[in-house]
Amino acid sequence: MRFVPKSRFPRWIPLLATLPILGACAPDDVTRDNDRRSPAELSYVAPGDFDDYYLFYSGGHSGNVFVAGIPSMRHIVTIPVFTKYPGKGYGYDDVTKELLGDYTWGDIHHPALSKTDGLYDGRWLFVNDNAHNRVARIDLRDFKVKEILGPIPNTSGNHGSSFVTENTEYIMGGTRFSAPIPKGTYAHPEEYEDAFNGVITGIRVDPDTGDMSVGWQVLTPPFNWDLSSTGKGPSSGWAFFTSYNTEMAHTVLEANASQLDRDLGAAVNWRAAEQAVADGNYTEIDGVPVIDPAEVPGVMYFLPIAKSPHGMDTDPSGQWIVAGGKLDPTAGVYSFEKIQAAIEAEDFEDEKRGVPVLNFDSVLEGQVPVGLGPLHTQFDGRGNAYTSMFIDSQVAKWRLPPWSDEEKADLESVVVDKIDVHYNIGHLVVGGSDTREPYGNWLVAMNKHAVGRHIKVGPGIPETSQLIDITGDEMRMVKEAFTDKEPHFAQILRADKIDPIEVYPRAENEHPHAIWSFDDAEIVRNGDSVEVKMISIRSRFVPDIVDVRQGDTVTFHITNTEQTPGLTHGFGIGEMDISGNIDPGETKSFTVEMDKPGVFPFYCTVFCSALHQEMQGYISVRPAEETE
Amino acid sequence: MQGFLKKQELFLRKPLNVWSRLCLVLAAVCLGASFFFPLWEIRLVAPQYRDGLELYIYSYQLQAGNDGQHLDEINLLNHYIGMQPIREADFVEMTWIPFAFGIFILLSLRGVVFGRMGNVVDLFVLFAYFGLFSMGNFYYRLYSYGHNLDPRAPMTIEPFTPVLFGKNRIANFTQFSYPDTGSYFLMAFGLLILVAGVLSLREKPIVPEEAV
Ligand SMILES: [Cu+2]
Repeated sequence: MRFVPKSRFPRWIPLLATLPILGACAPDDVTRDNDRRSPAELSYVAPGDFDDYYLFYSGGHSGNVFVAGIPSMRHIVTIPVFTKYPGKGYGYDDVTKELLGDYTWGDIHHPALSKTDGLYDGRWLFVNDNAHNRVARIDLRDFKVKEILGPIPNTSGNHGSSFVTENTEYIMGGTRFSAPIPKGTYAHPEEYEDAFNGVITGIRVDPDTGDMSVGWQVLTPPFNWDLSSTGKGPSSGWAFFTSYNTEMAHTVLEANASQLDRDLGAAVNWRAAEQAVADGNYTEIDGVPVIDPAEVPGVMYFLPIAKSPHGMDTDPSGQWIVAGGKLDPTAGVYSFEKIQAAIEAEDFEDEKRGVPVLNFDSVLEGQVPVGLGPLHTQFDGRGNAYTSMFIDSQVAKWRLPPWSDEEKADLESVVVDKIDVHYNIGHLVVGGSDTREPYGNWLVAMNKHAVGRHIKVGPGIPETSQLIDITGDEMRMVKEAFTDKEPHFAQILRADKIDPIEVYPRAENEHPHAIWSFDDAEIVRNGDSVEVKMISIRSRFVPDIVDVRQGDTVTFHITNTEQTPGLTHGFGIGEMDISGNIDPGETKSFTVEMDKPGVFPFYCTVFCSALHQEMQGYISVRPAEETE
Repeated sequence: MQGFLKKQELFLRKPLNVWSRLCLVLAAVCLGASFFFPLWEIRLVAPQYRDGLELYIYSYQLQAGNDGQHLDEINLLNHYIGMQPIREADFVEMTWIPFAFGIFILLSLRGVVFGRMGNVVDLFVLFAYFGLFSMGNFYYRLYSYGHNLDPRAPMTIEPFTPVLFGKNRIANFTQFSYPDTGSYFLMAFGLLILVAGVLSLREKPIVPEEAV
């Protein structure tokens, strides 16, 4: 069929013929109920066939994002973000070098897809750096990092990030490790309670360009801000945070920060914070408008949460906010309606540094006894919640309120199913759980310990990611995959939601030194600096002989003039530590100091063509003393 | 001999009836339409180019799939065997073919107005000549591309002629070459002229009074 030239048929026939195929390819959201196909059949994606969903894993301290497909769980590609990645030439050209700055790694925990009207819009993926307090923006048009913001001032350990608001107005952040602010201020940890501070950060996102900037921060006591979740529907304009260490301990936290039965989370009215900044009710610290919530009532309320909470998740309706206490075997369900009522009635149980503490009993809907070590909760959009339990190594499925009086009396009755995961689950993800309309068919459990789950690979074991079918009454384990360190959270996106490019259209290339014809290739000297305008195309570099002098600063501007998908060319210079990748239609600049004399071969590192091996050139560096 | 010439002259003087003239109008329209469609499609399929690289040859231009990118790709691949790059500017026939089309349209309309069998015969003979010449020219182009190979090219292959009609295998590529929509219009043009002639075969020749 493929080998018949199209023109022998009217052109609309093949078009019509593809329609039923397109229909069959659409992911079958929430329609597999009672599907009794075997796990193998459910997750099998035949060679050449496509997955239904993208799975964007955070790569933890690898500094990368991993992209896999669901349901096959095949790893498809790695997106380097905070770490040099020679395989993709990331961190070697002038632009990505500057993006990375002086840091060689980052610690990605929570990817977040951009949203419009509470649904994924397929524009960007944001990821946080827990180590160096940064947030990066990946463009889903080309799966590349376009911006890295940070280090964010006054923040040490940007863990509770990146969670985006309904229309991507803000990315939430919080400081995990409190410290004296601004950064650089000295105080001894013994002065923790008085001299240290926490902050909650609102990172503004430009709706057109996606450009990020720190909008405001809210000053808090030195708690350890942990995770966050943004409101929607009735809770639109709010964000919710967990913290541990309400004890404000500064040493041996595992014991000292586990003394109180309840810790204080926060409900932050980010529209009020925005207004406070507009009204000038802030102090500027290290260039950021910092709001003292004691002086601007209505911006922040503390929310008591059972012992040492971790995850915080708002359900698709925006009505229920669920927080798990690591050291309490329940998932606490808060009602946003009750939170509003308590604020209205000033129903506060306490006050902490001028910030009201909401009355626990008034705002709590119930504590669902899910099991040991509850961490994170996801939602399927059908009224069910799924909570990961680190200690039990299980996922519990339970029903969200409203509950009958009978159920309220015995909340054990709303826990409808449990499934074993292997082992010690951290985050779990249900596609679209943080949107108004979850996909509700697949759940991925990301487990911290894979001991005994795979053929042995030495002591540095990977993690397991397990695909669970949640369309039936009972959860079903379908597939297990292994992932390098270390997926924390992930996001799932329907594959048909985006249509990434595979070639940079020549017309879009705005690099000032891009060239498209061999005739324009040139080497221009200006004093000690040399600019080389070069073309890479199957299977040669033009020019392929570059004569320079010791002491020169040479910038290679290389345009890959190909416009064919997959035809990336590399640019490797041995003993000069350059590994470049130039994608089709792209121009990249590489600046190299020629401090050693001699002859340095360069070559295409990407197997591009049959004569790839011949795709090479020489940089001949004349010794300084011989220079005429 | 005299009789034959006489018969022939009478034949050429046959008037064209309204159906024949309609056919000529239709023929002119078909020829006009062929301008807007590719005359020929060449398609190269290989494992890594599953959907094929497509070249569309119009009477006045060369188009390629993926916004012209397929032509660059074909040229890029051809450089490995030392083939000259295929460039629209090299196709001089693309300047005179549209001109010839114009003449054929005018000749058809002339037949509609003058309405003589002779007009149809002229038109058909000229068009047949044009068609054969163009095909020959096209074949010669293909022959030249496949035979003027740079001896310094990375790969040395036997000179070859890319297939003009049908399919053929060149290294890892299967080449398909078939007429496209424009050619069907051209065929329709030729056919309609024939039909125009046939429909008026039974008409009585119009001859000046004194000649009878
Ligand atoms: Cu290459």
